[in-house]
Amino acid sequence: MSNCSSSCTCGTPEPDERPVDAARRSFLKTAATAGAVALAPGVTLYVVGGPAEARAPDQPVDPKKRWGMLVDVSKCTEDCSACVTACRTENGLGALDDPKIDAQWIRKVEVNDPATGYSRSLPVMCQHCAEPPCVDVCPTGASFKRDDGIVLVDKHICIGCRYCMMACPYKARSFVHEPLSDQKPYAPRGKGTVESCTLCVHKVDAGELPACVTACATEGNGALVFGDLNDPESDISRRLKAYPTRQIRADLDVDPGVHYQGL
Amino acid sequence: MSGGGWYRVKRGLPALVVALATVAVLVAAGATGARAGGVPLPEPAKGAGSACVADTAFMRRYHMQMLVHQRRDTVHEGIRTKQFSLKGCIDCHQVKGEDGAPVKVSDGRHFCRSCHDYAAVSIDCFECHASVPEEADQSAAAPDAENEAVAALGAYVHERKTGEGAVK
Repeated sequence: MSNCSSSCTCGTPEPDERPVDAARRSFLKTAATAGAVALAPGVTLYVVGGPAEARAPDQPVDPKKRWGMLVDVSKCTEDCSACVTACRTENGLGALDDPKIDAQWIRKVEVNDPATGYSRSLPVMCQHCAEPPCVDVCPTGASFKRDDGIVLVDKHICIGCRYCMMACPYKARSFVHEPLSDQKPYAPRGKGTVESCTLCVHKVDAGELPACVTACATEGNGALVFGDLNDPESDISRRLKAYPTRQIRADLDVDPGVHYQGL
Repeated sequence: MSGGGWYRVKRGLPALVVALATVAVLVAAGATGARAGGVPLPEPAKGAGSACVADTAFMRRYHMQMLVHQRRDTVHEGIRTKQFSLKGCIDCHQVKGEDGAPVKVSDGRHFCRSCHDYAAVSIDCFECHASVPEEADQSAAAPDAENEAVAALGAYVHERKTGEGAVK
């Protein structure tokens, strides 16, 4: 109990039980945004709900939400690729161990201003556009946008024509060229289909954060923020309101869900 | 599974045909197999627990439609109930090999293959989907750690409550 946060009063004996409970409740509420909190020595409270409370498994996605991401480019360093590694591990990419044909859901891109020599490194993945060109061109309806804004490929319907890869202004999609084995049960992927960043949809559905965001927070520099763009109280919305940010190729009017700060 | 109306789905005709063909073959084989002493009937592995999500005759005929319906619900709607999911089948009906690990679909003893081989129906599911449950070390370790944490939390809360009682 001595390890308890100083702002928390749960370690102090109180004459009345109710204020203690209230304090604990508000403490737990605060903890919910933190992810994991040490309650007492050896007791860690893992809060599953990262960006939001987990939806019940039998409930469809909430169309009021729009998941998005904010990349703080000023925090992203050139030598760090924790997000890329985490993505590969989480989704079982890179099974073929050949960079020429391995799928790439997120990649680090370097941008330079030749006039000034200013250079930055930033991750680029599927931008989960509100008006996704990949969905527009898909002849089978395999490319689709989920009600909560996540752009996905239904690989059951995908015929591998790769129109979406050509339509995507962000070069975000990959084609699986070779037979695969040992896929992750929650991330099915196979030869002849197109795929891209799913925002770790299996984790988001469980109320967790995408793997890249977690990795960036723990191993990287905390440059990635994930949350609901439609919720004005979410961390991402507050940051978007407070800081100047931009979307890549905003001129295309596809309204990407990924925003960049300090670019 | 809102409404559980998967049987209303008109999609997946090929799957229905396949299922019907399978049933037809099984019935035919059942009727004549014993007499002729021909190819033995398949013996798919029993699942864990006492009963499947539906009775055997129903499952035999409609399992592919259930899967097709669930796949739409999951991919497009984000509904991730285990009951009618392929993952659910794989988890429950795993067949352990000599090494104690669940066999993959490349092994003829795999639950799905035991029948589909017999009916000469090739299944494409496992070109993309994992044919074995998530690695045992992960799936086993996580709930234990979780249970321990919950137990510890429970003990802590209990201690706090009784502690407060003592203060009073």
